[in-house]
Amino acid sequence: MKKVGIIAVEQTKFEAARVESGFSDLVFETSGPAVKKAGLTRDDIDQIVTASQDFWDGRTISNFAVSEACGSYLKPESKVAMDAAMAVFYGLARILSGAYKTGLVTTHCKMSQGPQNVIYNAVFDPMYQRQLGLDFVNAHAFQARAYMEKYGVGPEQWAEVTVKNKKNALKNPKAMDGRELTIDDVMNSPMLADPIKELDCMPVSDGSATIIMAEEETAKKLCDKPVWIKGFATYMDNYYFGDRDLAEVGALEKSAKRAYKMAGITDPKKEIDVVELTEFFSYQEPMWAEGLGLCDRGKGGDLIKDNISTQDGSLPINASGGVLAGNPHTVAGMVRVIEACNQLTGDAGEYQKDGAKTAVVQSTTGPCGQSQCVMVLSTD
Amino acid sequence: MSDKNKNVEKKIARDIKYRALLEFKYSAGKHASYFFQQLRDNKKLMASKCPKCEKAYVPPRPACPECFEANSEWIEAGPQGTLVGFTVVEFPFLDPTTGKTKEVPYGYGFIILDGTATKFAHFLDETDLNKLEAGMRVEPIFEEERSGNFADIKYFRKIADSE
Amino acid sequence: MGRKVAIVGTGQTKHKARHSDMNIVELINQAVNRCLENAELTINDIDAILIGNMEHFEGINLSDMWASDASGALGRCGMKITTGGSTGTSLSSAAYYYTASGLFDTVLCVGWQKQNEGDTTAGLVSATDPIWERASFAGAFGTFGGAATQYMMETGLTPEDAAKVAVKNKRHGRLNPYAHLHLDISVDDVLRSPMLAYPIRMLDLCPASEGACAMIMTHEDNVKKVTDKPAWISASVCRHDSAFTGDPPFFLDLRTLRSAAKEAYATADIKDPMKDLDIIELYEPVTWAELSFLEALGIGEGGKVGELLAQGVTSIEGSLPVNLSGGVLCTNPIGATAMCRVAEAAIQIRGEGGERQANHKVNTALATGYGGNWWSDLLILKSSL
Ligand SMILES: [Zn+2]
Repeated sequence: MKKVGIIAVEQTKFEAARVESGFSDLVFETSGPAVKKAGLTRDDIDQIVTASQDFWDGRTISNFAVSEACGSYLKPESKVAMDAAMAVFYGLARILSGAYKTGLVTTHCKMSQGPQNVIYNAVFDPMYQRQLGLDFVNAHAFQARAYMEKYGVGPEQWAEVTVKNKKNALKNPKAMDGRELTIDDVMNSPMLADPIKELDCMPVSDGSATIIMAEEETAKKLCDKPVWIKGFATYMDNYYFGDRDLAEVGALEKSAKRAYKMAGITDPKKEIDVVELTEFFSYQEPMWAEGLGLCDRGKGGDLIKDNISTQDGSLPINASGGVLAGNPHTVAGMVRVIEACNQLTGDAGEYQKDGAKTAVVQSTTGPCGQSQCVMVLSTD
Repeated sequence: MSDKNKNVEKKIARDIKYRALLEFKYSAGKHASYFFQQLRDNKKLMASKCPKCEKAYVPPRPACPECFEANSEWIEAGPQGTLVGFTVVEFPFLDPTTGKTKEVPYGYGFIILDGTATKFAHFLDETDLNKLEAGMRVEPIFEEERSGNFADIKYFRKIADSE
Repeated sequence: MGRKVAIVGTGQTKHKARHSDMNIVELINQAVNRCLENAELTINDIDAILIGNMEHFEGINLSDMWASDASGALGRCGMKITTGGSTGTSLSSAAYYYTASGLFDTVLCVGWQKQNEGDTTAGLVSATDPIWERASFAGAFGTFGGAATQYMMETGLTPEDAAKVAVKNKRHGRLNPYAHLHLDISVDDVLRSPMLAYPIRMLDLCPASEGACAMIMTHEDNVKKVTDKPAWISASVCRHDSAFTGDPPFFLDLRTLRSAAKEAYATADIKDPMKDLDIIELYEPVTWAELSFLEALGIGEGGKVGELLAQGVTSIEGSLPVNLSGGVLCTNPIGATAMCRVAEAAIQIRGEGGERQANHKVNTALATGYGGNWWSDLLILKSSL
């Protein structure tokens, strides 16, 4: 298969509420600089893929609002209504089809603007689940408990994740919520839906992110160090919680297997240098790490203790601070891609992992990780 | 079994009613905030202008669609303009600012404010189709008490001496 | 270019005002199953599922998740693409790109809408800018009314010309068992129907429907194994516009479609659309749009499109039938509407149109999608490449 490279990335500083900025302001804040960074003008961008959610935006056809901000005037644009990593996948497919040489992928979300509980509750079907009052937190509490009971990874180990990621974020100027916390701070934070506590959850945040991609020759011409998308896979799991074992991560395991195969990775524990994954809740970091084959099942809780997933560990996970440090829904997966690119191009500043060559990115859409996607990025 | 019970048995639940209250607080954004401030305080309609192609846009916005440059300049648009498309709405329609259906008929038009490249959609005071035509010169009528939003312009109307 | 791609199966539900006997996922499932049946494939032959609707109409957030078992996405790649009215063509193009790219061999795309489960008007209003346009937005017909007055003045076409579009498409729709409206109407009926917003009357406008439409695409090495009547994708072009309704210079001279046609004609080697195209499936949300959108496609330019219509050129008996399905004026389940255009183009090439099949052999068919802020999608299908 032909190669496609990421040649420029840009993200906003994430904040709890970007009250002064509309959707188009937010998008242009990253799309404009990304195009310039790539050494291109709008004329050179062959196609655009956006990622946004009509429910979060409170707007039908949410890409409508960001038309000129994403540069789509008289250009082919399409909107992926999932996490933005899936939009990267579509941008990749469009280039691999041979129809286009370059692409801009952008995403935005302002979690601060809408009624979060209603938006979350609307994910559940109106016949059987909504009346249960399911929202994001209590739905995921089912999964956290299932994971804890089946694999023995529990609240104290999740608390370590929060402590680690918020601390990591202190070195990331784009992160919203970097701070020093103790395990006790997390354990003593208010219980929201047992076993999930306030400091186990992602904070509400606003922001946008953009990447520019190009096929091999164009990428090499424009960029000293393109980041190649070597593997990509996505799978969908069951919707009804009763239909699947919530402690299992089947869709993630399948995605990882296929993406690794495409990228020629046979031993993920050894061949990967950095990982950025989408942990909306602290319990998900060890759970997704297990699904990605970075450790054995049930051993995700030891990654911090063994100094593996820490910022200076052998396999840093979310050295950027991750979603727990504040990335909105939909944008979260794109920020993972950007952070992985920064690590591979040596642009990760104070949290750079020396000599990082291969990165794995994971993102998810839907309740309890229903849809999963895995991407392998490399400078080779 | 009584007749009453039979009826209950026959009735199958076909619809599940669900009412979600989706209330949003949209950021106006930098450009709209300035536009509405100028509208409220000075009865001015401000357009954002592209420094490269020099087109001016109402509604103002951060980027030029064609050049992808930041619209870093402001000009005063109109406030007079030319009516280029219109209709008279006769079918009751939901007004999202009040949640009520809007009284019909009402005039609705697309107006190119002088000095701008785009059409601005707003109400017209005229509901007689025979008195509306494309190319007609129109002007905005402002509310006396303005609060800095879209409704500060009551409507556009024909400029009296524009025969 | 990547691999050549063909549509090898289509399936749709009956479209109607209300499917009270089927819920959302059952509706999706019916279209998917009919499509698999038409392609003589099973779900195990499918590698990826692309799905879309307009979420606010039914109030289901991440509707692809609930639909995952019904659509077949469970255990496969499932992706949701939504662009408003053009969702169906956005999905068609995405299925084409994914298949051409080599990432997937066989892809199923499905668009759906169950408009009457929610508040369509509220759903539409929320498409417009909350700060600038919602207070004055008068529904689709208000915008189209303003646009149509401008088009009338520029071309001299009249409400009678527009009414003939409704009469033609409703006649075609009566021949299509899947169409929502089966109406027998005259020009006078259209001109006497209730005025919504001058010059748009009730019978000038599309209905609100519930329904789903699906298609299966596969790549060149696989096509022969599946069907002996593929509908090859010869061109797929998309053009968007800027962020406000009032931005485009001529409302009904659709600059996005004009630009898309130019590129698609070059790709598909269409020199004279009147001669080189055998049928057109046009996304006409309102009668006036069929007239002006045809002009943007280079057909009957300068207002002559009214004559073509009057002469029956665009009717089923004519040399270039437009909207043999009955078009959007007969059937409008929004997330599926644009895919119905592409599917009908494939149906005509595959000779599966039954009573509404064109009288002449269909080798080249053009389908469009329309949505968002005067956006256009355009696909050209051929019986051989
Ligand atoms: Zn400009």
